[in-house]
Amino acid sequence: MAPDIAPELAPLPPAQDLKLTLESPLVLQSGVTLSPVTLAYQTYGTLNAARSNCVLICHALTGDQYLAGVHPVNGKPGWWDDLVGPGKVIDTNRFFVVCSNVLGGCMGSTGPKEINPATRKPWGLEFPVITIRDMVQAQAKLLDYLGIDKLFCVMGGSMGAMQVLEWANRFPERVFAAVPIAGSYRHSAQNIAFHEVGRQAIMADPDWCHGNYLAENKIPKRGLAVARMAAHITYLSEAALHRKFGRRLQDRETLTYGFDADFQVESYLRYQGSTFVDRFDANSYLYITRAMDYFDLAQENDGILSNAFKGTRVRYCLVSFSSDWLFPTEESRAIVRALNAVAANVSFVEVESDKGHDAFLLDEPDFHQTLQGFIDGSAEICGLPSREIKG
Amino acid sequence: MNIAVNIPDAAKPPPRIRVDLQQVADLVPAGSRVLDVGCGDGTLLAYLTRFKQVDGRGLELSMAKVRAAVSHGLPVIQGNLETDLKDYPAGAFDYVILSQTLQATHNPRAVMEELLRVGRRAIVLFPNFGHWRVRLSVMFGGRMPVTPMLSDAWFDTPNIHLCTVLDFIDLCSLMRVEIEMGFALDALGQRLGFAATGKRANLFSEQALFVLTRP
Repeated sequence: MAPDIAPELAPLPPAQDLKLTLESPLVLQSGVTLSPVTLAYQTYGTLNAARSNCVLICHALTGDQYLAGVHPVNGKPGWWDDLVGPGKVIDTNRFFVVCSNVLGGCMGSTGPKEINPATRKPWGLEFPVITIRDMVQAQAKLLDYLGIDKLFCVMGGSMGAMQVLEWANRFPERVFAAVPIAGSYRHSAQNIAFHEVGRQAIMADPDWCHGNYLAENKIPKRGLAVARMAAHITYLSEAALHRKFGRRLQDRETLTYGFDADFQVESYLRYQGSTFVDRFDANSYLYITRAMDYFDLAQENDGILSNAFKGTRVRYCLVSFSSDWLFPTEESRAIVRALNAVAANVSFVEVESDKGHDAFLLDEPDFHQTLQGFIDGSAEICGLPSREIKG
Repeated sequence: MNIAVNIPDAAKPPPRIRVDLQQVADLVPAGSRVLDVGCGDGTLLAYLTRFKQVDGRGLELSMAKVRAAVSHGLPVIQGNLETDLKDYPAGAFDYVILSQTLQATHNPRAVMEELLRVGRRAIVLFPNFGHWRVRLSVMFGGRMPVTPMLSDAWFDTPNIHLCTVLDFIDLCSLMRVEIEMGFALDALGQRLGFAATGKRANLFSEQALFVLTRP
């Protein structure tokens, strides 16, 4: 770090290991009662005296609570380090940022790899099926504990966007602004289909042991890696794959006439699969993908999406990416239409990018500028201090 | 990144905006609910939000302009006025503004219907094809007019349904739309000293501004 760095731009302190075990059991959407429930979470920045500057960030399927600063496990920058930090778009000098590992996750929150107190063994498939609503209910209890009645903003991409929509639908009085990014109000048939491929790949691995692999000291590495490889393709775009790899060969001059990774794209996917198994739990993958599949905000509101937003005073900003075929622009536009039907306050931008769904995690200046404008505008209306403009 | 500079500061005197936009802004009462259809980069919307405390929304076709508007903190969505106005409930806004856009729509009458369904009043600003310069250009030049108001050649103009002031008034009476106010404007947008609904306006105004409502 440069020695002459301005104090307000000093790097974030190292991640803490914050955990909250809820005092009361959580009644899940399925009707099952889950107890005890622990949420692992991170906070960045300082809560102001009025407790009005909290930004809740919801992570995606394989994300976690370590969104900014240095990730304590892999030593790399957090998944939204480009956006969250001192002086950044989500400025931790102005906002108190909270991010928790989702219920069902594998980074410290209650999930299938944690110990079931009834059996003193890992939950495995005994763990109840959870939903996006359950994740949000648990987050709401975390905010109760932190003493935050109202969020300045809740935001997230992909599965995070689903949680944002659920938040604004369930707790509209607790949300001032909502930013669902690259998301949808329901998981499409195609997306359920891709998830099913991933789950079947995991379950087809003999080391999965019918979900019991932790007790049997095994890890379904091959199945989980294949699930990740298939999913990873859906996060990119044809153009991005072509730009990155084309048909270039991997460390060789000619084809080998075998099944080694001749092509760079194969080698890349294998690498993505193999590193994923070191950081993610296979059963968590099953449970969280299921939660996404079950999400349908229209169905929860008598089949009419706009019912979810009736009378809403939440300010919405939707962002989609032009080359995202997993959560295409049309899905965001459907949400915009439903919001218009109740004359809600909504901004909507499709960002031009060839990077596919993953664009919401990457350095996309138009995206960041859109977010910055929306956050600054909302902060002003909310009465939060405005950003200092340098220069 | 320095993107907040274009947002006008309420503490300072209002900045100058384009004269024609100022004419529109002056017609909007403070605190109204406003939809600016074809809002561009949100210049008018920003002005109305800041200096008239309106609850404003914008609809704009060009994604680049939408990005610019949202980057300035304005609630603007990307959409097509000819297909997307139907999403809004009736009477959602006090004023719906359509500035320099009616003549570029495929179905101006249907658009006018939608403006007056979604808004209790519509403010419409359009170039007058009856202006003498236009008439002379066709009559003596024998070619499609290129004037200060209509600056594109026929082959790349977005304007497909140009009309004169009298044509517009005829459409209003056909649709049983009441003209509450009308202003004859010059090319800059300054008011001319005669009624907006007469033959004089049809010959001498370069653009016209109307406030419409359904009786």
